[in-house]
Amino acid sequence: MRDDKPDSGTMLETRSLSRHFGGLSAVDGVSLTCRMGEVHAVIGPNGAGKSTLINLLSGDLEPSAGQVFLHGDEVTGLSSPRISLLGVGRSYQKTNVFLSFSVFENCRLAAQSRLATSMRFFRAARSYRALSDVAMRAIEQVGLAGRADERVDTLSHGEQRQVEIAMTLATNPRVLLLDEPLAGMGAEESSQIIELLRALSGGHAILLVEHDMDAVFSLANTLTVMVNGAVLESGLPETVRASRAVQVAYLGEHSHA
Amino acid sequence: MSNRALAIGLSVGVALLVAFPFIGDRFYVQFVTKILIMAIFAGSLNLLVGYTGLVSLGHAAFFGVAGYILALYSPDTHAASFWTSLLLAVSGAALMALIIGTLVLRTSGIFFIMATLAFAEMLFYVFHDTAIAGGSDGIYIHERPVLMIGNWQPLDLAHSGHFYYLVLAFSIGVTLFMRTILRSPFGQVIVGIRVNEHRMRALGFHTFRYKLVCFVIAGGIAGLAGYLAAVQFGVVNPEMLGWHLSGSVLMMVILGGMGTLIGPILGAFSMMFLEEIFQTMTKHWQLLIGVVIVLVALFLPRGVAGLLPDWQRRRTKAGSAQRAPGKTHA
Repeated sequence: MRDDKPDSGTMLETRSLSRHFGGLSAVDGVSLTCRMGEVHAVIGPNGAGKSTLINLLSGDLEPSAGQVFLHGDEVTGLSSPRISLLGVGRSYQKTNVFLSFSVFENCRLAAQSRLATSMRFFRAARSYRALSDVAMRAIEQVGLAGRADERVDTLSHGEQRQVEIAMTLATNPRVLLLDEPLAGMGAEESSQIIELLRALSGGHAILLVEHDMDAVFSLANTLTVMVNGAVLESGLPETVRASRAVQVAYLGEHSHA
Repeated sequence: MSNRALAIGLSVGVALLVAFPFIGDRFYVQFVTKILIMAIFAGSLNLLVGYTGLVSLGHAAFFGVAGYILALYSPDTHAASFWTSLLLAVSGAALMALIIGTLVLRTSGIFFIMATLAFAEMLFYVFHDTAIAGGSDGIYIHERPVLMIGNWQPLDLAHSGHFYYLVLAFSIGVTLFMRTILRSPFGQVIVGIRVNEHRMRALGFHTFRYKLVCFVIAGGIAGLAGYLAAVQFGVVNPEMLGWHLSGSVLMMVILGGMGTLIGPILGAFSMMFLEEIFQTMTKHWQLLIGVVIVLVALFLPRGVAGLLPDWQRRRTKAGSAQRAPGKTHA
C-alpha cells in the first residue's frame, strides 16, 4: 500500500506556515508536503490546528506567515475560488452543502464550476449533458446513486457527509483536502468511503484530516501529528506510531491506536 | 397534474389580462397598466432579493434614472423615438447599476442595505437639489415617444389601450426572460450564492462577478419599468428615485413571495389594490397596509405565492424523472 507509488512530484507543499488569531497560534510553522499518489494524514487532538491548516491551504483563510506551493508555484494568500480552480478540492468538517437543493443539483453546481465560465444565460443548466454526467459519476462514487433526486435536507447526517465528498469530487480536483470526511458516517458508509479514497489515491494527492485511526492507518502513506498548532512528528505511519512523544501526547490517550 | 394546473392558471390569468381593456373602463385600464409596470419593477428587485439574497433598499435609483433619461432626452417640441429612448434609458440604468454595484457589492448584509440606500439617496438629492431636471418639482415629458417600425406606427403610446398592451407584452417578456436565465448556469450560480456563498467560492466561483452581473440585469429591468412609468405619467420627479418607492417595491416582493417568478406580480397586484381600497376607507390607509404586511410576515412567510400549491418542487421532481427514466421516487 505505501511507498510503492512512483514519486510523480510534489503537488502540495507548505513552508513554515502559520496563522495567528490574536495571541493564539492556531497553526505554527507547519512544513509538510503531499505528492501525487500519496495520502498524507494529519492527526492530532481537538484544537491542534488541523482544520485551520486546511483552511489555509484552500484559501478560506490567509496565512499570517509562511508559504504554500501548488505543483511548485506559490499560491500563498490566493482566494478560495482561485485555489479551487487550480485543482484543489476540499470538503468541510461541518457539512457545508446546499441543503435546499437535491443531491444531483449540488453536484451539478460543483461540476459547473469547471466550465470556462458560468456567464451562460439562455440554455437551461439541466441540458448540459456533460455536467449531468460528471455529477452522476460523483454521486455514484460516494454511493448515493439511489438518492440523487432527494433534497439534501431530507437525508441523514451520514448521507449529507457523502454529498459533501461527492461535491468535492465533481470539481475534478488533483489535490483533495478532506477535513474529517468520515465524521458522522455509519460503519457501512465509512468503509465505502475508505475504499473510494483508496481508489482515488493513485490519481490524486490527498491530505486527510481524520479521527478514525483505523481509516488513517489503512490509508496513509505519510502521517503527521499536530499538537498546539505545530508538527510534533511526521513520517511513515509505523515510525510515527512508535514515537514515544506521539504516544504520550496523543495516541496513548486512545486505546485502539 | 399540477403542471397542468399551473399552465391552466397562468393561461386564465394571461387571458384575463389580454381581455381586460374590453371589459374594464379607461381608469382601470390605466390602473392595471400601472400595476403591471410595478410588477416588472418588483420582479427585477426579486432577482436580487429573492434569488441572489441581496436585499437592496435603493432599487428605485435605477427606476428613476431611466425616467429622467427619457425626460432629458425628449425634445420639447416633438416626440422622441421609442426605440432610441428606451435603449438609452435601459442602458443608462444598467450602467448606473454597474457603477453602484461595483461599490456596494463589496459589502454584505446590513452594510449592503445601507450602502444601496445611501447611493440611491445621493441620486435623489442630485435631482432634488439641482436645476438639471426641474429640481423637486420634476420635469414634464411633453410629447410621448413614438413607436415606429419602419413607416408603420403599430401602437400609439398616448392611447391607454395601446399602451396597456405594450406594458403587458413587456411584463410577459421580462418574466419569460427571468425564467430563462434562472434555469441557466448563471441562474444556478446566483441561487447558489443566496443559499451558501462561502461554499460557492470554495467550489471555484468568483461570486462577486456573478452578483455584479445580476445587479446590472436587475438595474436594467428596473430601468425598463421606470421608462414605462415615465411614459405613462408624462412626468418624472425625484420621488421616482426615493427610498419610499424602494421600500414599497421591496414590500411588494415580500408580500407576493420572494424567490418565485409569480410572487412579485401577485405582490404588485395585492399591494396596489389594497392601497386603492384602503384609501377609500380612511386617510390613515398606510397604517392598514402596515398591518397587512405584518400579518403576511407572521402567517405567510412565503407571501401570497405561498398560498399556491408548491409547483416549484414538483417540477424539480418531474425534471429529474425525465432525466432518469425508469427510476421511481419514494
